[in-house]
Formats: sequence, structure tokens, C-alpha cells
Amino acid sequence: MPKSVKTGLFWLLVVAICLYALFPFYYAIITSLRPPADIFTVNYFPGKPTTDNYVGIFKEQNFAVNIFNSLLVSGAVTLISLGLGVTAAYALGRIQFAGRGLLLTTILSVSMFPQVAVLSGMYELVRVMGLYNTPGAMIFSDLLFTLPFTVWVLTTFVKGLPKEIEEAAIVDGATPLIIIRRVFLPLLAPAMVTTGLLAFIGAWNEFLFALTFTIDSNERTVPVAIAFISGATKYDLPWGRIMAASVTVTLPLIVLVLIFQRKIVAGLTAGAVKG
Amino acid sequence: MANVQLRGIRKAYGSFETIHGVDLDIVDRDFVVLVGPSGCGKSTILRLIAGLEDITAGDMFIDGKRVNADPPSKRGIAMVFQSYALYPHMSVRDNISFGLDLAKVPKERIAAKVAEAARQLELTPLLDRLPRQLSGGQRQRVAIGRAIVRDPKVFLFDEPLSNLDAGLRVQTRLELAKLHRDMKATTVYVTHDQVEAMTLADRIVVINAGQIEQIGTPMELYNRPANLFVAGFIGSPRMNFIEAARIGETSCATIGVRPEHINVSAESGRWQGTVIHAEHLGADTNLYLDCGDKGLLTVRLFGEQRYGTGDVLHLSPVEDAVHRFNAEGRAIGR
Repeated sequence: MPKSVKTGLFWLLVVAICLYALFPFYYAIITSLRPPADIFTVNYFPGKPTTDNYVGIFKEQNFAVNIFNSLLVSGAVTLISLGLGVTAAYALGRIQFAGRGLLLTTILSVSMFPQVAVLSGMYELVRVMGLYNTPGAMIFSDLLFTLPFTVWVLTTFVKGLPKEIEEAAIVDGATPLIIIRRVFLPLLAPAMVTTGLLAFIGAWNEFLFALTFTIDSNERTVPVAIAFISGATKYDLPWGRIMAASVTVTLPLIVLVLIFQRKIVAGLTAGAVKG
Repeated sequence: MANVQLRGIRKAYGSFETIHGVDLDIVDRDFVVLVGPSGCGKSTILRLIAGLEDITAGDMFIDGKRVNADPPSKRGIAMVFQSYALYPHMSVRDNISFGLDLAKVPKERIAAKVAEAARQLELTPLLDRLPRQLSGGQRQRVAIGRAIVRDPKVFLFDEPLSNLDAGLRVQTRLELAKLHRDMKATTVYVTHDQVEAMTLADRIVVINAGQIEQIGTPMELYNRPANLFVAGFIGSPRMNFIEAARIGETSCATIGVRPEHINVSAESGRWQGTVIHAEHLGADTNLYLDCGDKGLLTVRLFGEQRYGTGDVLHLSPVEDAVHRFNAEGRAIGR
């Protein structure tokens, strides 16, 4: 096959993959920019863009409150996951104790249950703890799926850190908490950023718990709020606003990924370079 | 500075015992080298002294104080690790001062001590670099600097030279010897390299299979090895062992002759052998001879020699340098 044909096929594939990955998002953006009347005509270009949908979700709905709720829940989930995850990872990755393997497997198996299976049990827990219809309910329940993978990923990274560095710190007089904070945290930073980002995205997009454990629209997080966006009549599904809301809540994630991009790449190659 | 005493020290992992009751007195300001083959437990003994491993049984004293239950930082020790174990995210300065910082030493005092250690180890221009920007030898010096600033009673070295290339190893060996003379600190040094042991040590402790085989100055070990293991371990090339019965000796089970204590002659001698290989090192010539029922013997001659493969030679041991061992492998006094 001539080289030019090969190159041509390669770029064709690149275009196809990009189209596949980006088209849904592109369509969401242009839909969000079209007036309600035009929604059901198929059109691949915005035509006359309007910001009515964006203004609408903030003016006629409590979308700002929902975004705040989501930020609160996701932020808290991320911080708690990382805090518990890194301390647990230190214990699981470094300290020899009976039943360590069993504990790790148990932690992993927690994340194997589908959300629906634990929903009713979680509901009881949330109600008993008095968290129902508060952000606390979502923070508490989201930890169920963010903690296992945070612990697992960080444990792998902690295991990869040279034992002698820790022992040098012990000889220098460092306690376990100082070792974690001043020696391990800087070395684990790339791994923390990557797992933290995944935990944040997971909590940000979580729907089922947020739907079940809230009743007021002011306590809802973004995914539930979007599902509850309603039109003028019960037969009217306001696609424009739904898309506007979706685009609005995707932006913070994209910004986060862009900010931490360098760190993520550093995390992926961290083990390759010998300190 | 201080002396270190080990009394019946044992270490077991579960039911598997690796150190079988070690008694050792390390005198103040001594440079003691623990040497032995890999897996003999020499590093474990060092880590027991450091407090990085728990003592299963026995007592450990540093400066007369029982330290069995003390954490490493309270034992007055400093340790240099084989892989240097520098903190990769900290500058050289922070690496050296980390321990002092944790001990809440005043800032000015830390700065003064770091500057002094850096001057002593020629690290001053490197203080703001990260470990990954340093060469192996420089990293090694940072690791030593980190140990020096803690003013330890006892320095512990765990094979500190094994990651360096040959030339740098000799140079660093000299620096360590000089450092020990300057600091006058009690030092315990672990290595598997008998040349390091012979050149650095005031006293050598030969360890095998979790037990001490012999303690002595380098020359004591060389001239009067207590048993077959020490005789074979100290000295290079290795000592020749011959079953006594094969050469008509009845007073012992095995005789040992170092390769450098055999005279060679083309005409006459006690034993006869054929050269199967010759190593010409310039300063020395090592000959490997097949001596029939006496087995394979090694002879070390000084200077350049013309002998080559196939030559038939006569060998005579230097009589007062012959070592005799009984059936249990213990040396018989001579």
C-alpha cells in the first residue's frame, strides 16, 4: 500500500474517532443554543443562536442552588475519600497485619454491588442518621463507591514507594502521620490528583442516591435537577433547557481536567522514573 | 559516642528464626564491620540495632541503656541506607535538615549544622538541588550528611557502597575511613564485600546463618581464622582446603593453605600439579592447578610470571602458614 494511502486512512480513522467522541457533546451545545420552536427540526448548525435556555434555567429554576449543592457534595466526597483513602492506603500498603488481604478484597467487593441493591439499606441508614433530604445524605452514600477505588489505587501507589524512604523518615523521628503528610503526600500527589478527580466526577454525576435521598428541589444535585426540568405543560419536554443545563455542569469538569492535566500525565508516568 | 552491647539477641519471623542468639560488644569509637554471605542475617542485626525490626529475645544496650523498646529516633543512631533513601521531593538542604526539623531544633542551629555538614562533605554548591539532579556519589554524600547532622552516638551503614561503580567505591571507601577518623564515632557497617571489611574495620564480625562465626581485627581473621567458614570467607583468592588423609597428615581432618603461602618450583616440591588456568593481573599471577587426588589448588604468585596452561609445577606450602582444622571444622591451635 502506498504511504499516502496509509496516511489518508490513518487520518480518516482519527476523524471518525473524534466525530464519535465529540458529536454528542457538539449536538448538546447547539441544541442548547436553539429556541424551543426549532428543537425538533434536525439541524447540524446552530443557525440563529440564543441564550434564552441558559437564562431560563437560572431565572426560572434554582439551578444555581443545585450547582452549589453538587459542588458541596462532590467537594466533600473528594476530600473525605482522599483523607480516608490515603491513611487506609498507608496501613494496607505498609503495615503487616493479619487479614490484610481479606480486608482489601472486602473493600473491593463493596464496589461490586449495584447501587440499586444497597439503595433500601442506605435509605434506612440515612434516615436513622437524620441525613434525609440534606447534602449529608449524598456525601455519606457517595463514599460507598468512591472510597473503594480510592483506597485501592492509592494502596497500589503506596506499595510502590521505596520502603527505605519510610525507614529513613522513621530514623529521622517521623511519626506515621508525619510520614504520610511530609513524605508520602508529596510523592503521592499525582496519584491523589488522578483519584481525586475520578472521585469528584463520580460524585458529580451520581444520580440514583441523589434522587432517592432528596425531596426538595433546593436540596437536589445537578443530575437530579436536570431530570426534573419541566416545561410549560406536562407534555412539553424542554430539550433546550436540559441541554443548556447539561452543558453548564460539564464545563466545571472540563476545567478541572485541564487544570490538573499535567499532574495526571505525571501520575501515569510516576513509576517509570527512578528517584 | 557510645558502646553497643548485644546480649543473646534473637529474631524470629513467626516460627522461623533467622538470628540465633548473638552476643556482641562494640566498643566506643570502634569501626565494626559485619560481613557475611547474602542472607546470613547481617542486615537484620543492623536493623535490630537501629530499631527498624523488633527484637524477639535478648537485650540491646546502647551507651549502657537498654533500648529494646525504644523507637529508632530515641536510640541515638543514624543510618545510611543502601539505596541512599533520600526524600525525592526535598532539596539537599531539606533532606539533611528533616530530622532536626522534626526534633524542633531552632532554625539558626539547623542552618549552622547543615552548613557545617555540607562543607565537610563538599555539598555546599548542591544544597538547593533535588536528589534526582545528583550523581550516585553525591547522593551517597547527602545520605551521610543526613546522618552526621543528627550527632548520633552510633553510625549504622547498610552496604552503602554497593550501588556505586568500582572507581567511586574505592574513593568513597577512603572518604568513609577519613570521616570515621574525624568524627570518632562508633560505627557499625554491613557489607558482603570482604575487601571493604578488611580495609575499613577496626574489628570484623563474620556472620553466617544467623550466628557469629568469629570476631577479630582484620589481621587476626586472616592469620588465625577460627574455623573453616572464616578461613574460606576471608582472603581472595580463597584458601585451599585439602583433606588431611590424602597427604598423610593424621593430626587433623583438613588443612588449609592460602594461595599466597605456596611456593612454586619447576624441579621439586611436596605436591605436583598441572596448570589448568593462569590469570595474569600484572601485580599478581593466579595459577589454578589440578593436583590429582589433592584436588584443585590455587596459587598466588607476586609479579609477572611466565607459567601458562599445561605447565607441570611442584608446590610446597609455607609450613608455618598452614592452618589445621579438626573434624568439626574448628581450627587447631598452632
